[in-house]
This record gives sequence, C-alpha cells and structure tokens, in this order.
Amino acid sequence: MNFLLINFFLVSLLLVTAFFIFKTTSLISVVALTGAFTLLCSAIYVNLDAVDVAFTEAAVGSGISTILMVMAAAKLPEGKKNKLINLFPSIILAVSISLILIIIIANLPLLGDPNAPIHLHVVPEYLKESKDFFHIPNVVTNILASYRGFDTLGETIVIFTAGLGVIALLTSNTLNRKTNFKKNNKKNER
Amino acid sequence: MRDKISSSPVLSVVSKILFAPIIIFGLYVQFHGDYGPGGGFQAGVIVAAAFILYSMIFGLSKGETLVPIMINRYLMCVGVLLYAGVGIVSIFLDGMYLDYNVLSSDPSTGQHIGIILVELGVGITVATVMIALYHSFASFGEINE
Repeated sequence: MNFLLINFFLVSLLLVTAFFIFKTTSLISVVALTGAFTLLCSAIYVNLDAVDVAFTEAAVGSGISTILMVMAAAKLPEGKKNKLINLFPSIILAVSISLILIIIIANLPLLGDPNAPIHLHVVPEYLKESKDFFHIPNVVTNILASYRGFDTLGETIVIFTAGLGVIALLTSNTLNRKTNFKKNNKKNER
Repeated sequence: MRDKISSSPVLSVVSKILFAPIIIFGLYVQFHGDYGPGGGFQAGVIVAAAFILYSMIFGLSKGETLVPIMINRYLMCVGVLLYAGVGIVSIFLDGMYLDYNVLSSDPSTGQHIGIILVELGVGITVATVMIALYHSFASFGEINE
C-alpha cells in the first residue's frame, strides 16, 4: 500500500513538473525543471528497488547533463524567448504517442509479476549462480561487467566516441583551422 | 569569460571544502560497486563533478592547470584500452575474450580482478569524457588567434 502511495505521489509530481516544463518560456527554467524531472525519475527507480539505475539517473541525468545544458544555454544569445508558434501538430503528435504507449502498457505484464517473460529466461540462472561463483553480492555488477561484458565495452566505446565527437566539433583548434581556411580562401579569391 | 572567477568567498571556500570528499565518495562508489549500488559509470560522473565544480568556481584556466587537456584526452583512451586490454590478456591466458576466469588460478578471484579492472576502465573513461565535454562547452566560442 505504501509503495503504491509513494509511487502515486511521485508520478503526480512528475506530471506537474512536465506541465511546468511545457508552460515556461525561459530556457534556464526549462533546464532546471528537466533536472528536477530526472531527479523525480530516480526517486521512482529507488521506489522500484532499482538502486543502480536510480544512482546513474541522479548522477548523470540530473547532475552532469543539467550542468552541460546550463553551459550550452549560457552560450546562446540573450533576451530571446522561446515562442510557441503553432501548437496543433505537436499536440496531435503527443496525444497519439501517449495513446500508443497506454495501449502498450495495458498489454505489459503486471509490475513485479514473477511469471513475466523477463524473469523466466536467464535471470533465475544469474541470481542463483552468481553469488556462489563470484562471491560478489551485487548481482547488477556481475551482470554488467561479467555476463554482459561485451555490452559494457560497447557502452564505454560509445561514451568515448561521443566525447571525441564533441571535442572535434567544439574545441577552439577546429575553429582556428576553420577561420584560417576562410582567410586562405579569401586570399585565393583576391 | 575564461578567467571569470567567482567573487563570492562563500562559493570558493565551500567548493574547496567539498572537493576532496566528492572525490573520496567517487572512489568509494567505484570500488564498493561490488557490494552496493554503484560502479564505474556513476563513480566516473561523481569524480568528474568535483573537477567541474572546481573549474566552475575558479575559472577554466585554473581547471586546465589541474587537469591538463592533453592528459585528459590520453586518459580517455587509457580507460577504453584498459577495458579492451583485459579481454586481450584473457585471450593470451588461453581464455576467451573478456573471460575473467583465467586471470587468476582461482576462477572466482579471477572474476574479482577482471570486474575491478573493467570497472576502473569504465570509470576513467567516463570521468575524463565528462571533463572534456565540460571544457569543450565552456570554452566554445573563444577563438584564440
């Protein structure tokens, strides 16, 4: 019962935050509210006993990405407010997507159902085997680093590549090269 | 923008006090990930948060003295290579790629060693990529001729 009450409270807070994200026109407030939104999401994950996911959501979602969004917003020209020009297409899109999601949710197995397909395939083996074999109590770590080592390697490479991409796009070296290129072009034209 | 140092003494004192505990908490999350929630991804972000806080309060050039950009970029590669290298080592020890059982005479200890090394690689990469992201965003738009 408590579980349901807390979940209800958190989800209604999520709805309120989403509504205010929709309403505000100031960019910084939208960034701050998005941070609050992800923090609420991580509270929901804690309530669902997914502590590792909640930890990641709190650290990455509401911590670092909020800072990065603030930094990006600080680079934008000031004084311009976000104008909502034509709401009609986005409302139709949002309503249809949420309808599809609601239909899908109705077909999902119930929360915590022990006979759900995801709990029957490999999870029982992992849960039974990992504690005796690894002597590591946190099964999530075992699955992440050992059973699913390839996936985690892929994730690390994705993060690495994302960092490389941002460095290549934004660092001043690239800008210098670009400006030099333009200058050279102008000289050639003359 | 680059050397805009916060004038408030409260911010600079508090960030100086918080710097070490944040990094210690990051290391705790990194190496306690086997026993509680946490691991490389979260720990990397927490450690990066300490350095980002430092550069936010004391200016970007001081942050660059603390973590030089080139060292940061090399560490990005070191993390991924450490992860991939554990797999290569296990191939040389007659195992399969990323099979940690062969890293030690006892398979269980081998798994421990493998998991700790792999998580360390993830942590290094995530932390340095986050610092690099912050520095790229913060220094964007300054063209030094």
